[in-house]
Amino acid sequence: MLYTNLKHIESSAEHAKIINENENVMVICGRMGPMCIPVYGIAEELETEYKHVKFCDMEFDNPESNVIRNLPEVRGFMGIPFTIYYKNGKVVKATSSIQTRQQVTAILNEHFGATVNA
Amino acid sequence: MKTENHFDVIILGGGPAGLTAGIYLSRARMKTLILNEGTIGGQMVLTHEIANYPGVKTISGFQLANNMMAQAKEFGCELKSNIVVKNTDLNGRIKSVLLEDGRKYSSYSVILSPGGRSRSLGVKGENELRGRGVSYCATCDGDFFTGKEIVVVGGGNSALEEAVSLTKYAEKVTIVHQFDHFQAFEHAIEEAKSNPRINFVMSSTISEFKGTESLEGVVIKNLKTGEEQDFRTDGVFIFIGYMANTESLKGKVELNDSGEIIVKPDMSTNIEGVFAAGDSISKRIRQVTVAVGEGTIAALSAAGFVNQLKKTKEHELLFQ
Repeated sequence: MLYTNLKHIESSAEHAKIINENENVMVICGRMGPMCIPVYGIAEELETEYKHVKFCDMEFDNPESNVIRNLPEVRGFMGIPFTIYYKNGKVVKATSSIQTRQQVTAILNEHFGATVNA
Repeated sequence: MKTENHFDVIILGGGPAGLTAGIYLSRARMKTLILNEGTIGGQMVLTHEIANYPGVKTISGFQLANNMMAQAKEFGCELKSNIVVKNTDLNGRIKSVLLEDGRKYSSYSVILSPGGRSRSLGVKGENELRGRGVSYCATCDGDFFTGKEIVVVGGGNSALEEAVSLTKYAEKVTIVHQFDHFQAFEHAIEEAKSNPRINFVMSSTISEFKGTESLEGVVIKNLKTGEEQDFRTDGVFIFIGYMANTESLKGKVELNDSGEIIVKPDMSTNIEGVFAAGDSISKRIRQVTVAVGEGTIAALSAAGFVNQLKKTKEHELLFQ
Protein backbone atom coordinates (compact mmCIF):
# COMPACT_ATOMS: atom_id res chain seq x y z
CA MET A 1 0.00 0.00 0.00
CA LEU A 2 1.34 3.41 -0.96
CA TYR A 3 0.61 6.06 1.68
CA THR A 4 0.43 9.03 -0.65
CA ASN A 5 -2.25 11.50 -1.64
CA LEU A 6 -1.80 10.67 -5.32
CA LYS A 7 -4.29 8.73 -7.43
CA HIS A 8 -3.42 5.05 -6.89
CA ILE A 9 -3.49 2.81 -9.95
CA GLU A 10 -4.48 -0.68 -8.87
CA SER A 11 -4.67 -2.64 -12.13
CA SER A 12 -3.38 -2.72 -15.69
CA ALA A 13 -6.91 -2.00 -16.92
CA GLU A 14 -7.09 1.11 -14.76
CA HIS A 15 -3.63 2.11 -15.98
CA ALA A 16 -4.75 1.81 -19.62
CA LYS A 17 -7.91 3.81 -18.92
CA ILE A 18 -6.01 6.65 -17.24
CA ILE A 19 -3.30 7.04 -19.87
CA ASN A 20 -5.88 6.93 -22.66
CA GLU A 21 -8.36 9.33 -21.08
CA ASN A 22 -5.79 11.94 -20.01
CA GLU A 23 -3.49 13.79 -22.40
CA ASN A 24 -0.61 14.13 -19.90
CA VAL A 25 0.06 11.50 -17.25
CA MET A 26 2.92 10.90 -14.81
CA VAL A 27 2.99 7.51 -13.07
CA ILE A 28 5.44 6.80 -10.25
CA CYS A 29 5.88 3.07 -9.78
CA GLY A 30 7.63 2.36 -6.49
CA ARG A 31 7.49 1.39 -2.84
CA MET A 32 7.41 3.36 0.41
CA GLY A 33 11.20 3.63 0.44
CA PRO A 34 13.88 6.30 0.58
CA MET A 35 14.29 6.72 -3.16
CA CYS A 36 10.53 6.78 -3.88
CA ILE A 37 9.04 8.93 -1.10
CA PRO A 38 10.73 12.15 -2.24
CA VAL A 39 9.34 11.67 -5.77
CA TYR A 40 5.79 11.13 -4.46
CA GLY A 41 6.21 14.29 -2.35
CA ILE A 42 7.28 16.31 -5.39
CA ALA A 43 4.33 15.01 -7.44
CA GLU A 44 1.89 15.86 -4.65
CA GLU A 45 3.18 19.42 -4.60
CA LEU A 46 3.14 19.79 -8.37
CA GLU A 47 -0.44 18.52 -8.65
CA THR A 48 -1.80 21.95 -7.76
CA GLU A 49 0.52 23.75 -10.21
CA TYR A 50 0.30 21.38 -13.19
CA LYS A 51 -3.44 21.03 -13.45
CA HIS A 52 -3.10 19.77 -17.03
CA VAL A 53 -1.17 16.70 -15.83
CA LYS A 54 -2.65 13.64 -14.11
CA PHE A 55 -0.30 12.49 -11.31
CA CYS A 56 -0.58 8.84 -10.22
CA ASP A 57 1.34 6.14 -8.40
CA MET A 58 1.38 2.36 -8.62
CA GLU A 59 2.81 -0.22 -6.26
CA PHE A 60 5.95 -1.78 -7.69
CA ASP A 61 5.15 -5.11 -6.01
CA ASN A 62 1.66 -5.28 -7.46
CA PRO A 63 1.93 -7.92 -10.25
CA GLU A 64 -0.25 -5.64 -12.39
CA SER A 65 2.63 -3.15 -12.49
CA ASN A 66 4.10 -5.42 -15.18
CA VAL A 67 2.46 -2.91 -17.48
CA ILE A 68 5.25 -0.54 -16.42
CA ARG A 69 8.04 -2.97 -15.55
CA ASN A 70 7.84 -4.56 -19.02
CA LEU A 71 8.02 -1.32 -20.97
CA PRO A 72 10.96 -1.21 -23.40
CA GLU A 73 11.75 2.27 -22.06
CA VAL A 74 12.69 0.84 -18.64
CA ARG A 75 15.16 -1.73 -19.97
CA GLY A 76 18.33 -1.31 -17.92
CA PHE A 77 16.52 0.33 -15.01
CA MET A 78 17.69 -1.09 -11.67
CA GLY A 79 16.50 1.54 -9.25
CA ILE A 80 13.02 2.42 -8.06
CA PRO A 81 10.87 4.33 -8.56
CA PHE A 82 10.32 3.86 -12.27
CA THR A 83 8.65 7.12 -13.26
CA ILE A 84 6.85 7.14 -16.59
CA TYR A 85 5.50 10.17 -18.45
CA TYR A 86 2.74 9.50 -20.98
CA LYS A 87 1.37 11.85 -23.64
CA ASN A 88 -1.79 10.70 -25.42
CA GLY A 89 -1.16 7.18 -24.13
CA LYS A 90 2.43 6.99 -25.40
CA VAL A 91 5.59 6.99 -23.26
CA VAL A 92 7.54 10.20 -23.84
CA LYS A 93 10.02 9.86 -20.97
CA ALA A 94 11.01 7.38 -18.26
CA THR A 95 13.38 7.85 -15.31
CA SER A 96 14.88 5.49 -12.76
CA SER A 97 15.50 6.14 -9.05
CA ILE A 98 15.20 9.37 -7.08
CA GLN A 99 14.69 12.68 -8.90
CA THR A 100 14.77 16.29 -7.76
CA ARG A 101 11.91 18.74 -8.19
CA GLN A 102 14.01 20.54 -10.81
CA GLN A 103 14.50 17.33 -12.80
CA VAL A 104 10.78 16.52 -12.67
CA THR A 105 9.62 20.02 -13.64
CA ALA A 106 12.13 20.10 -16.51
CA ILE A 107 10.53 16.94 -17.94
CA LEU A 108 6.99 18.19 -17.35
CA ASN A 109 7.78 21.53 -18.99
CA GLU A 110 9.49 19.90 -21.97
CA HIS A 111 6.84 17.28 -22.72
CA PHE A 112 3.61 18.64 -21.26
CA GLY A 113 4.19 22.39 -21.21
CA ALA A 114 4.82 24.69 -18.26
CA THR A 115 2.08 26.03 -16.02
CA VAL A 116 1.06 29.65 -16.31
CA ASN A 117 2.65 30.41 -12.95
CA ALA A 118 5.63 28.08 -13.24
CA MET B 1 9.53 45.39 7.69
CA LYS B 2 5.99 44.53 8.70
CA THR B 3 5.34 42.41 5.67
CA GLU B 4 3.88 38.97 5.32
CA ASN B 5 7.35 37.75 4.37
CA HIS B 6 8.91 38.80 7.67
CA PHE B 7 9.05 36.17 10.44
CA ASP B 8 10.27 35.96 14.00
CA VAL B 9 12.26 32.85 13.13
CA ILE B 10 13.12 31.15 9.86
CA ILE B 11 14.15 27.50 10.08
CA LEU B 12 16.29 26.23 7.22
CA GLY B 13 15.59 22.50 6.99
CA GLY B 14 12.51 20.40 7.74
CA GLY B 15 13.90 17.22 9.28
CA PRO B 16 13.13 16.18 12.87
CA ALA B 17 15.23 19.03 14.32
CA GLY B 18 13.61 21.71 12.16
CA LEU B 19 10.08 20.36 12.59
CA THR B 20 10.48 20.17 16.37
CA ALA B 21 11.77 23.73 16.44
CA GLY B 22 8.77 24.72 14.30
CA ILE B 23 6.37 23.06 16.76
CA TYR B 24 7.91 24.76 19.81
CA LEU B 25 8.20 28.22 18.22
CA SER B 26 4.72 28.26 16.70
CA ARG B 27 3.21 27.07 19.96
CA ALA B 28 5.05 29.94 21.67
CA ARG B 29 3.24 32.27 19.21
CA MET B 30 6.40 33.04 17.28
CA LYS B 31 5.75 33.68 13.58
CA THR B 32 7.76 30.82 12.12
CA LEU B 33 8.66 29.64 8.63
CA ILE B 34 10.32 26.35 7.72
CA LEU B 35 12.09 26.34 4.36
CA ASN B 36 13.10 22.89 3.17
CA GLU B 37 15.09 22.03 0.06
CA GLY B 38 13.75 18.50 -0.34
CA THR B 39 10.84 16.50 1.02
CA ILE B 40 9.78 17.42 4.55
CA GLY B 41 11.17 14.93 7.07
CA GLY B 42 14.82 14.79 6.01
CA GLN B 43 16.71 11.55 6.59
CA MET B 44 13.87 10.42 8.86
CA VAL B 45 11.57 9.65 5.90
CA LEU B 46 14.26 7.36 4.54
CA THR B 47 13.94 5.04 7.54
CA HIS B 48 11.60 2.16 6.93
CA GLU B 49 10.82 1.54 10.59
CA ILE B 50 11.69 3.48 13.73
CA ALA B 51 11.46 1.26 16.80
CA ASN B 52 13.30 3.38 19.36
CA TYR B 53 11.35 6.62 19.40
CA PRO B 54 10.11 6.80 23.00
CA GLY B 55 6.37 6.45 23.42
CA VAL B 56 5.85 5.03 19.95
CA LYS B 57 6.28 1.27 19.64
CA THR B 58 7.09 1.26 15.93
CA ILE B 59 6.39 3.79 13.22
CA SER B 60 7.66 4.41 9.71
CA GLY B 61 9.91 7.42 9.32
CA PHE B 62 7.51 8.70 6.67
CA GLN B 63 4.57 8.59 9.09
CA LEU B 64 6.53 10.16 11.95
CA ALA B 65 7.62 12.99 9.64
CA ASN B 66 4.04 13.55 8.53
CA ASN B 67 2.84 13.58 12.14
CA MET B 68 5.47 16.18 13.07
CA MET B 69 4.62 18.27 10.02
CA ALA B 70 0.88 18.20 10.81
CA GLN B 71 1.62 19.15 14.43
CA ALA B 72 3.76 22.12 13.35
CA LYS B 73 1.08 23.29 10.90
CA GLU B 74 -1.65 23.01 13.54
CA PHE B 75 0.29 25.42 15.74
CA GLY B 76 0.49 27.87 12.81
CA CYS B 77 3.97 27.15 11.46
CA GLU B 78 4.35 27.89 7.74
CA LEU B 79 6.22 25.30 5.65
CA LYS B 80 7.61 25.52 2.15
CA SER B 81 9.28 22.39 0.76
CA ASN B 82 11.25 21.51 -2.37
CA ILE B 83 12.50 25.08 -2.56
CA VAL B 84 16.05 26.07 -3.56
CA VAL B 85 17.86 28.62 -1.42
CA LYS B 86 19.93 31.00 -3.55
CA ASN B 87 21.44 33.12 -0.79
CA THR B 88 21.30 33.72 2.95
CA ASP B 89 22.35 36.82 4.88
CA LEU B 90 22.81 35.86 8.52
CA ASN B 91 24.54 38.98 9.75
CA GLY B 92 22.85 41.99 11.27
CA ARG B 93 19.63 42.31 13.23
CA ILE B 94 17.48 41.26 10.27
CA LYS B 95 18.45 37.99 8.61
CA SER B 96 17.26 37.20 5.09
CA VAL B 97 16.84 34.22 2.80
CA LEU B 98 16.53 34.56 -0.97
CA LEU B 99 15.08 31.66 -2.96
CA GLU B 100 16.06 30.78 -6.49
CA ASP B 101 12.56 31.69 -7.71
CA GLY B 102 13.02 35.24 -6.41
CA ARG B 103 10.97 35.00 -3.22
CA LYS B 104 12.67 36.66 -0.26
CA TYR B 105 12.01 36.15 3.46
CA SER B 106 13.40 37.91 6.51
CA SER B 107 13.50 37.20 10.24
CA TYR B 108 15.09 38.20 13.54
CA SER B 109 16.53 34.76 14.11
CA VAL B 110 17.48 31.76 11.98
CA ILE B 111 17.77 28.10 12.96
CA LEU B 112 20.00 26.12 10.63
CA SER B 113 18.91 22.49 10.37
CA PRO B 114 19.78 21.50 6.78
CA GLY B 115 20.60 17.91 7.79
CA GLY B 116 22.85 15.56 5.89
CA ARG B 117 22.85 13.28 2.87
CA SER B 118 24.49 10.08 1.70
CA ARG B 119 28.02 10.61 0.53
CA SER B 120 28.72 9.69 -3.08
CA LEU B 121 32.07 8.68 -4.58
CA GLY B 122 31.99 11.51 -7.12
CA VAL B 123 33.77 9.57 -9.84
CA LYS B 124 33.22 9.17 -13.57
CA GLY B 125 30.00 7.39 -14.52
CA GLU B 126 28.43 7.43 -11.06
CA ASN B 127 25.69 9.96 -11.81
CA GLU B 128 24.97 8.64 -15.29
CA LEU B 129 24.48 5.07 -14.02
CA ARG B 130 22.50 5.95 -10.87
CA GLY B 131 19.38 3.78 -10.99
CA ARG B 132 20.99 1.71 -13.75
CA GLY B 133 23.22 -0.39 -11.50
CA VAL B 134 24.52 2.22 -9.07
CA SER B 135 22.41 2.36 -5.92
CA TYR B 136 22.47 3.81 -2.41
CA CYS B 137 19.58 1.75 -0.99
CA ALA B 138 19.72 -2.03 -0.53
CA THR B 139 16.10 -2.40 0.59
CA CYS B 140 14.93 -0.43 -2.47
CA ASP B 141 16.94 -2.02 -5.22
CA GLY B 142 18.38 -5.29 -3.84
CA ASP B 143 15.94 -7.55 -5.68
CA PHE B 144 17.05 -6.25 -9.08
CA PHE B 145 20.30 -8.12 -8.47
CA THR B 146 18.93 -11.58 -7.74
CA GLY B 147 21.49 -14.17 -8.83
CA LYS B 148 23.97 -11.47 -9.89
CA GLU B 149 27.40 -10.34 -8.76
CA ILE B 150 27.60 -6.99 -7.01
CA VAL B 151 29.97 -4.69 -5.17
CA VAL B 152 29.37 -2.89 -1.88
CA VAL B 153 31.56 0.14 -1.18
CA GLY B 154 32.28 1.08 2.44
CA GLY B 155 33.52 -0.33 5.73
CA GLY B 156 31.15 0.97 8.39
CA ASN B 157 28.12 -0.67 9.97
CA SER B 158 25.78 0.24 7.11
CA ALA B 159 28.10 -1.18 4.46
CA LEU B 160 28.69 -4.50 6.22
CA GLU B 161 25.10 -5.00 7.38
CA GLU B 162 23.70 -4.16 3.95
CA ALA B 163 26.29 -6.41 2.27
CA VAL B 164 25.02 -9.31 4.39
CA SER B 165 21.39 -8.45 3.62
CA LEU B 166 22.18 -8.25 -0.10
CA THR B 167 23.39 -11.87 -0.09
CA LYS B 168 19.67 -12.75 0.07
CA TYR B 169 19.60 -11.73 -3.58
CA ALA B 170 23.11 -11.60 -5.03
CA GLU B 171 25.18 -14.65 -5.83
CA LYS B 172 28.38 -12.89 -4.86
CA VAL B 173 29.08 -9.65 -3.00
CA THR B 174 32.50 -7.99 -3.07
CA ILE B 175 33.12 -5.38 -0.41
CA VAL B 176 35.53 -2.66 -1.53
CA HIS B 177 36.91 -0.56 1.32
CA GLN B 178 39.46 2.24 1.37
CA PHE B 179 41.24 1.12 4.56
CA ASP B 180 42.90 -2.17 5.55
CA HIS B 181 40.46 -2.53 8.44
CA PHE B 182 36.73 -1.94 9.03
CA GLN B 183 35.19 0.76 11.25
CA ALA B 184 32.03 -1.29 11.87
CA PHE B 185 31.09 -2.99 15.15
CA GLU B 186 32.78 -6.34 15.72
CA HIS B 187 29.55 -8.35 15.38
CA ALA B 188 28.88 -6.80 11.94
CA ILE B 189 32.43 -7.59 10.80
CA GLU B 190 32.16 -11.19 12.01
CA GLU B 191 28.82 -11.70 10.29
CA ALA B 192 30.17 -10.39 6.99
CA LYS B 193 33.42 -12.38 7.23
CA SER B 194 31.61 -15.61 7.97
CA ASN B 195 29.28 -15.24 4.98
CA PRO B 196 30.57 -17.47 2.14
CA ARG B 197 29.07 -15.20 -0.53
CA ILE B 198 31.09 -12.16 0.58
CA ASN B 199 34.63 -11.33 -0.62
CA PHE B 200 36.80 -8.40 0.40
CA VAL B 201 39.02 -6.00 -1.52
CA MET B 202 40.76 -3.83 1.05
CA SER B 203 42.75 -0.58 0.73
CA SER B 204 40.93 0.11 -2.50
CA THR B 205 38.26 2.28 -4.04
CA ILE B 206 36.24 2.55 -7.23
CA SER B 207 37.72 5.09 -9.61
CA GLU B 208 35.28 4.69 -12.50
CA PHE B 209 31.88 3.19 -13.35
CA LYS B 210 31.55 1.70 -16.82
CA GLY B 211 28.47 0.98 -18.91
CA THR B 212 26.05 2.55 -21.34
CA GLU B 213 22.45 1.43 -20.85
CA SER B 214 23.31 -0.14 -17.48
CA LEU B 215 26.37 -0.78 -15.33
CA GLU B 216 28.77 -3.30 -16.86
CA GLY B 217 31.78 -2.96 -14.61
CA VAL B 218 33.99 -0.72 -12.51
CA VAL B 219 37.64 0.20 -12.22
CA ILE B 220 39.02 -0.69 -8.80
CA LYS B 221 42.05 1.29 -7.68
CA ASN B 222 44.44 -0.03 -5.04
CA LEU B 223 45.13 2.96 -2.81
CA LYS B 224 48.50 1.60 -1.64
CA THR B 225 50.01 0.74 -5.03
CA GLY B 226 47.93 3.00 -7.29
CA GLU B 227 47.28 -0.01 -9.54
CA GLU B 228 43.93 0.00 -11.36
CA GLN B 229 42.06 -3.02 -12.70
CA ASP B 230 38.79 -3.61 -14.49
CA PHE B 231 36.22 -5.52 -12.44
CA ARG B 232 33.05 -6.89 -14.00
CA THR B 233 29.95 -6.37 -11.89
CA ASP B 234 26.20 -6.00 -12.32
CA GLY B 235 25.63 -3.52 -9.53
CA VAL B 236 27.32 -1.32 -6.95
CA PHE B 237 25.83 -0.24 -3.63
CA ILE B 238 27.54 2.73 -1.99
CA PHE B 239 27.48 3.16 1.81
CA ILE B 240 30.29 5.55 2.67
CA GLY B 241 28.59 7.65 5.31
CA TYR B 242 26.82 10.96 5.42
CA MET B 243 27.86 14.55 4.95
CA ALA B 244 26.35 17.77 6.28
CA ASN B 245 24.38 19.90 3.81
CA THR B 246 26.36 23.00 4.65
CA GLU B 247 28.10 23.89 1.38
CA SER B 248 26.11 27.11 1.06
CA LEU B 249 26.96 28.11 4.66
CA LYS B 250 30.74 28.12 4.17
CA GLY B 251 32.11 31.49 5.23
CA LYS B 252 28.78 32.48 6.77
CA VAL B 253 28.86 30.48 10.00
CA GLU B 254 31.66 28.64 11.78
CA LEU B 255 32.12 25.07 10.51
CA ASN B 256 34.54 22.34 11.55
CA ASP B 257 36.89 20.52 9.15
CA SER B 258 34.09 18.11 8.19
CA GLY B 259 31.80 20.99 7.23
CA GLU B 260 29.60 20.60 10.32
CA ILE B 261 28.23 23.65 12.16
CA ILE B 262 29.90 24.35 15.49
CA VAL B 263 27.36 25.08 18.24
CA LYS B 264 27.40 25.87 21.95
CA PRO B 265 25.20 23.91 24.41
CA ASP B 266 22.32 26.35 23.79
CA MET B 267 22.64 25.55 20.06
CA SER B 268 23.87 29.05 19.28
CA THR B 269 26.46 29.51 16.54
CA ASN B 270 29.17 32.16 16.28
CA ILE B 271 26.63 34.52 14.67
CA GLU B 272 24.25 36.33 17.00
CA GLY B 273 20.67 35.20 16.54
CA VAL B 274 21.66 32.18 14.49
CA PHE B 275 21.19 28.72 15.99
CA ALA B 276 21.68 25.23 14.58
CA ALA B 277 20.39 21.72 15.26
CA GLY B 278 20.21 18.24 13.76
CA ASP B 279 22.58 16.20 11.61
CA SER B 280 24.38 19.24 10.21
CA ILE B 281 26.01 20.17 13.54
CA SER B 282 29.29 18.90 14.94
CA LYS B 283 28.47 15.88 17.14
CA ARG B 284 28.97 12.15 17.46
CA ILE B 285 25.49 10.63 17.75
CA ARG B 286 23.01 11.08 14.92
CA GLN B 287 19.55 9.85 15.90
CA VAL B 288 16.02 11.21 15.44
CA THR B 289 15.66 11.54 19.21
CA VAL B 290 18.86 13.57 19.43
CA ALA B 291 17.75 15.87 16.60
CA VAL B 292 14.40 16.39 18.31
CA GLY B 293 16.16 17.41 21.53
CA GLU B 294 18.46 19.79 19.71
CA GLY B 295 15.51 21.28 17.82
CA THR B 296 13.81 21.95 21.16
CA ILE B 297 16.87 23.67 22.60
CA ALA B 298 17.43 25.73 19.45
CA ALA B 299 13.77 26.81 19.43
CA LEU B 300 13.77 27.89 23.07
CA SER B 301 17.08 29.72 22.60
CA ALA B 302 15.81 31.47 19.46
CA ALA B 303 12.55 32.41 21.19
CA GLY B 304 14.51 33.87 24.09
CA PHE B 305 16.68 35.82 21.66
CA VAL B 306 13.71 37.22 19.74
CA ASN B 307 11.84 38.17 22.91
CA GLN B 308 14.89 40.02 24.22
CA LEU B 309 15.36 41.78 20.90
CA LYS B 310 11.74 42.93 20.84
CA LYS B 311 12.22 44.63 24.21
CA THR B 312 15.12 46.76 23.03
CA LYS B 313 15.17 50.30 21.72
CA GLU B 314 16.97 48.99 18.68
CA HIS B 315 13.94 46.92 17.78
CA GLU B 316 11.67 49.98 17.87
CA LEU B 317 14.06 51.71 15.48
CA LEU B 318 13.84 48.81 13.04
CA PHE B 319 10.21 49.61 12.45
CA GLN B 320 10.46 53.35 12.06
